[in-house]
Amino acid sequence: MTETMIKHHLTDALLMAYSAGTLPEAFSLTVATHISMCDECRARLASFDTVGGTLLDRCESVEMGADSLAATMALIRGGAAVEKPAPRRVSHGVPAPLRDYIGGDLDSVRWRPVGMGVKQAILPTSRDATARLLFIPAGASVPDHGHRGTELTLVLQGAFVDEVDHFGPGDIEVANEDLNHTPVADIGADCICLAATDAPLRFRSIIPRLAQPFLRI
Amino acid sequence: MTSKTGTKRQAENEEWVACIARIRDAQDEAAFARLFAHFAPRVKAFLMRSGADATLAEECTQEVMAALWQKAHMFDPARASAATWIFTIARNRKIDALRKQKRPEPEDLPWGQDPEPDQADVLALQQESDQLGDAIAALPEKQRVLIEKAYFGDLSHSEIAEQTGLPLGTIKSRIRLALDRLRHAMK
Repeated sequence: MTETMIKHHLTDALLMAYSAGTLPEAFSLTVATHISMCDECRARLASFDTVGGTLLDRCESVEMGADSLAATMALIRGGAAVEKPAPRRVSHGVPAPLRDYIGGDLDSVRWRPVGMGVKQAILPTSRDATARLLFIPAGASVPDHGHRGTELTLVLQGAFVDEVDHFGPGDIEVANEDLNHTPVADIGADCICLAATDAPLRFRSIIPRLAQPFLRI
Repeated sequence: MTSKTGTKRQAENEEWVACIARIRDAQDEAAFARLFAHFAPRVKAFLMRSGADATLAEECTQEVMAALWQKAHMFDPARASAATWIFTIARNRKIDALRKQKRPEPEDLPWGQDPEPDQADVLALQQESDQLGDAIAALPEKQRVLIEKAYFGDLSHSEIAEQTGLPLGTIKSRIRLALDRLRHAMK
């Protein structure tokens, strides 16, 4: 799936951390989903992987155990499936990495209402960060909020507008603690986003703050 | 960082590419032993710098090298050098074994890979990898150390800040400077 209209991309810091393997799972999922939609970031990731390969090739080494080659050959002969090759089918709707977490297409998402027509579905990832799908009806808004950490918001369908810009399919917004924003879904269509956060959001009005523990936003 | 001439490195990568092809086509154990001798100690060092003790690093390295054998048919030398490909396998093993997390991967491009990659593409990729390696080696020490920590130390920027005592802003700007230099060197 290649989307040529993408104008909001991943930052160097995120691509480097994804390449190094240091991101929380929820962030890796969002990065992998964006890259599935964006050839430019795919190419940039290849450069960051090459940095990793170069560092590996030129770094110091640590001697292996005396029988390590024989032990590895035994592993191979034993046919130990060290890393099962994931079926990398190419999708036409939801990108493959995200589909693995939903267990199907967007039709199979089990949405939970969070008020004002907005719905969410929290995806099963490690607990150091949270990934959720957000459904924002056309013209509706997600309550004004700030962030203690980083929030990634990737548009899968429809579009939203906030204080920063207009975000369409494949666009990703990288928000840090400096940004308070009120994403509003484009009037033309319902908006579905994949959002990852590494700290709870801070809502600016009292009602959403009360709701926060229940929503796990 | 060791320094070698570009020609020597190219000859080396050609040898690794040929070894992986012989594993794929003929289950050639001698070819595997050559790759093992070069890469296993590097993978082990990478895993130990990422926080594994020697025993775990040894065990994971054997698994990484076994995965190399099993996935030899998936290696495309026009898309990555042997070192880069092995780095990605080792990194994934690190996330799985050390961080106990899954790593979602982007879906493959629809056109897949060519059965026999164009030799010109393979060579061009190798030259770029070399150029990048030289550019990394030529970085000011302070910048290079932070890039290495970011890749090998399994540290986020804020953890690097704690470890080095540098303010987060300084770390971010040094890494940004380093990446700017690398980009400039690749033009």
